[in-house]
Amino acid sequence: MSSFPSNLSMVARQTRYQLKYFTRVPVALFFTIILPLVMLVLFNALFGDNVIETDQGDWPVRQFYTGGLAAYTAVSATFSNLANMVPIRRDEGVLKRWRSTPLPTWVYIAGFICSAIVIAFIGAMLMLTVGVVFYDLSIEWAKMPAAAVTFLVGVGAFAALGMALASIIKTASSASAAANATILPLAFISDVFVATDGDSALTTIANIFPLKPFVNAFQDCFNPFVEAPAFDWGSLAFVAAWGLVGLGIAMKKFTWEPSGAGPRGRRAARAAATADG
Amino acid sequence: MPAIDVNDLHKHYGENRAVDGVSFHVDEGEVYALLGHNGAGKSTAVEILEGHRELTSGSVSVLGFNPAKAQREFRDRIGVVLQTSGVENEFTVREVVDLYATAYRSRRTLDEVVELVGLVEKVDERVGSLSGGQRRRVDLALGIVGRPDLLFLDEPTTGFDPSARRKSWDLIEGLCDDGVTVLLTTHYLDEAEHLADRVGVLASGKMIAEGTPAQLIEGISGTVVSFMLPDSIETADATSTFGPVLGAEVRISGRLVEATVDRATEVVHRATGWAIENGVELDSLRVARASLEDVFLQLTEQTEGEQ
Repeated sequence: MSSFPSNLSMVARQTRYQLKYFTRVPVALFFTIILPLVMLVLFNALFGDNVIETDQGDWPVRQFYTGGLAAYTAVSATFSNLANMVPIRRDEGVLKRWRSTPLPTWVYIAGFICSAIVIAFIGAMLMLTVGVVFYDLSIEWAKMPAAAVTFLVGVGAFAALGMALASIIKTASSASAAANATILPLAFISDVFVATDGDSALTTIANIFPLKPFVNAFQDCFNPFVEAPAFDWGSLAFVAAWGLVGLGIAMKKFTWEPSGAGPRGRRAARAAATADG
Repeated sequence: MPAIDVNDLHKHYGENRAVDGVSFHVDEGEVYALLGHNGAGKSTAVEILEGHRELTSGSVSVLGFNPAKAQREFRDRIGVVLQTSGVENEFTVREVVDLYATAYRSRRTLDEVVELVGLVEKVDERVGSLSGGQRRRVDLALGIVGRPDLLFLDEPTTGFDPSARRKSWDLIEGLCDDGVTVLLTTHYLDEAEHLADRVGVLASGKMIAEGTPAQLIEGISGTVVSFMLPDSIETADATSTFGPVLGAEVRISGRLVEATVDRATEVVHRATGWAIENGVELDSLRVARASLEDVFLQLTEQTEGEQ
């Protein structure tokens, strides 16, 4: 009998499969890739000529938007995407079916996460390209290593947090609501859609969560007033710590059974036991 | 060594004993059916054997493995058709079969699989566009794509129309001819009677009877006498009217009157005598050997009566 395929080829195949899957769910494609691009165009049309005054000089808002929305796209491709899609697949029973196969469970999860990171990369590159072509985004190559590292830390952390949310929340409908309810209000106070004041209460709140540090660290890589190499190690460590917490929760709480089938607590257990045959 | 060996299996959820001390074994190449009402514990027991749930106590061995450990080598040798089916709806039949095949070491080709389950014409259609019965065949296709030695079929034909069920039976029989061991759960008696070499009857988490379909039917004494309730008699009065006439306990379902009796000749004589005397016709009068269904009804009524 032949042996099992190598781990690498299995993860690659699962990643391709999830990517193909993603492209066939138009609503996911729209919210993850198209909507942030629409926002970029809209915000620039509305506020693009404004300037943000900094100590060193004036910073055109359009450069601020591109970096911030590219970071937001990365978050929506990882955090929102996983928190939405994983519970849907679980409710459909797809996760349970895969668990019946000899495919190692970690490979399936890895495929999900790698595909989310690929989508995040494509989305962010698309955003930056549009920024460069239409909105005078300045690319300084000396800062690109920082941009790449910041991006990787961010997508890793937000993918872990997406899996954590998918693990805590059992049904697909409530997971989707929870993902939006957490990320959208946070985006408003995290310099994604509007620049916030340096020392307001909202900023203090925003700084507790990982979105603002990630967005700011990524924006800095495209901010002409920040000197190369533009690494913000403090923010990166903070975002990574959030990611590790998310990873811990996901590993402890992740379930493969559709909601309702996995008995939790006595009443649920009784209901489940009566419902099945 | 049997393919499946279950000893004093328990699965409790708090006070609820979903599986309450079940023992049975399934030999290699055998088709074994677990029969029972919804909630009898069939799926719970099967999911423990598949490695989806952990047991409370007792021991199980499946192909020599402990399914709770869920090793890859174990999953490589089993095929699972779950009751709650989930397939990637956005993919075509070809794509899902190819995709799931890659998880296994030994695989059937796409052509072979769609031929076996009868989906040749649908191979390039998306799973989401298929009918319920066709989707169930996709489940079956994914269950057999890895050439399993042991196939779990959890209520494979629930919700099928009669002709689709016949076709599925033919298909399952075809697989069994290959020497695959099958553990089937069903609440259709005709399905168990048709497919299974041996049947275990579950009620309230306990195994209340086990044997070949013929043995189970032998084990129950009696012949079933049945006829349609004459129009002149109200359903409410059926038991009081025919109980004394037949001299047996009467079961009424709709307008069908049924009784399981020991001495059928006598009973039929009394019934027809009563009918002639009263000038009524007993439509669809039938005398038949007890079926597995009667066995099942008798057994489960006894068990429920004891509780």
